[in-house]
Amino acid sequence: MTSDLTIEATGLEKSYNSTAVVSGIDLRVPRASVFALLGPNGAGKTTTVRMLATLTTPDAGAARVAGGDVVTQRATVRRHISITGQYAAVDGLQTGVENLRMVGRLQGLSPAAARARTAELLDRFDLVDAGRRRVATYSGGMRRRLDLAASLMRPPRVLFLDEPTTGLDPRSRRRLWSVVGSLVSDGVTVFLTTQYLDEADALADRIAVLHRGRIVAEGSAAELKAAVAGRRLVVRVADGDALDAVACAAGPRVVERDPGLLTMGIACDGEGAEVRALLDELDPDRSRIVDFSVRTASLDDVFLTLTGHTATDESESTDD
Amino acid sequence: MTELTYPLTVDEGERAETRSELTELSTMIIRALRLSLRNVDGLITALALPVMLMVMFVYFFGGAIHVGERYIDYVVPGVLLVCAGFGAGTTAVTVSADLAGGIVDRFRSLDVHPRSLLAGHVVASVGRNLISAALAVAVAVALGFSPQASLGEWLAAIGLLSLFILALSWLAAAIGVLMHSPEGAQGITFLISFLPYPSSAFVPISTMPSWLQGFARHQPVTAVIDSLRALLSGHAPGPAAVTAVAWSLGIIAASVIAAGVLFARRVR
Repeated sequence: MTSDLTIEATGLEKSYNSTAVVSGIDLRVPRASVFALLGPNGAGKTTTVRMLATLTTPDAGAARVAGGDVVTQRATVRRHISITGQYAAVDGLQTGVENLRMVGRLQGLSPAAARARTAELLDRFDLVDAGRRRVATYSGGMRRRLDLAASLMRPPRVLFLDEPTTGLDPRSRRRLWSVVGSLVSDGVTVFLTTQYLDEADALADRIAVLHRGRIVAEGSAAELKAAVAGRRLVVRVADGDALDAVACAAGPRVVERDPGLLTMGIACDGEGAEVRALLDELDPDRSRIVDFSVRTASLDDVFLTLTGHTATDESESTDD
Repeated sequence: MTELTYPLTVDEGERAETRSELTELSTMIIRALRLSLRNVDGLITALALPVMLMVMFVYFFGGAIHVGERYIDYVVPGVLLVCAGFGAGTTAVTVSADLAGGIVDRFRSLDVHPRSLLAGHVVASVGRNLISAALAVAVAVALGFSPQASLGEWLAAIGLLSLFILALSWLAAAIGVLMHSPEGAQGITFLISFLPYPSSAFVPISTMPSWLQGFARHQPVTAVIDSLRALLSGHAPGPAAVTAVAWSLGIIAASVIAAGVLFARRVR
């Protein structure tokens, strides 16, 4: 394996009660980068993270994280990773300070070092005043920050963030994003899962799209967008009949369609001449199309194209 | 969280070396004691129940039950064990709630041994239960309990009770790992707190229906009760004490092993 890879996984599989949750995943994540596993609820994101973080044993396949095998060298891996899950891993009946010191002591910090690091992190995460209160009294955003602070008591080489911003308000999300950015500049490798396309777009150097336990696409945000008809002409039409007529004229080039808003997206390269010809072709009488715009494909488009599902409608399975 | 004034990470050189097992265990014990002191339900069970049970048995039932001696002198060991059973319920619920939440993932990713986590809960459990027991004895004395035990017999009684509480605590911890919801754990441990009733705790076994006598005579609570009753009234407990110690050690060994196996299965 190449030393520049902090996470390398091949053929990871996991089933629960004979239902395949993860069906053969390969991953390669370079050091000091952000890798996002993007997928809807039930795609297998949490199971993948738990296998990489040594918390769940894979049924098949192998993975090395931070220089150790996740099955045979758990202790090595655990020394170098931290994980912050969807559910805050802190004690509600202990205060913020008590939680952080406990984690510090368990990581081998001396009492004095744990105290110093706790003060530093509370300050860094805007929790100085809340530090003496029991965590049960914290808001969701404060809990998540404390949880992240706990993960950083001993600076990890690899930080796993499992849906770090699910349920957070926009301001808390942005704060968390800025922390992730500063971690990477300090050399930490961040592996995050998210069901938010904008989050993957904003944070990740590379994105893998997970769908029903398989990776259906991988690349940078730009590459993924380019792979799915880079641009599209979005037209809004006068009525339902016009929508049908335009759809008929565009044929297989239709990539999205919203009967409620009377809009339709048609793949194109965005060149002026092509757009002009396309408009004439779709609406020769110049009566159907009310207005139009040309835009770059979003990650939502990528997901829809790759899986046939929008990012949030896959609810048959709820494992994560 | 606006400006990055100092790095979130430190150099590899500052990375602390591995903790000692003693640090791991003491950290988990301190945590469990702290959670105990702040768990209102558990505190009510530990502090109010001994008082209520002692009053109930001495005043409500005591007048109607004739055992050949003052009922309060007869019933104290039984009340102690009922309290221990309820105390075990608190322990099972606490362990189960721990495993149902995210904190266990934190501990596992920190490579904390499951046995340390459970031992913390067990130590807190023994502490809580001994305080309950002391309270129960204090109430009993206030109500007229007059033990005849010498210092040595008191120490033996305390030792035996502590050992049995330790056994019940480990059993409760194993049940907490087994049951996926705190409610389920509570339900199972209800059976433990019921165990003193078909024993020599409250009425002589000879007054029970014959089909029940076999069970009552040979279940662990009877051996513990008979030993405690003998010691507190200033007699040698005889073979009952050996049986009580054997039961306790057996329950501890089986529960520690079962808890480990169940924990490993649960986190697959």
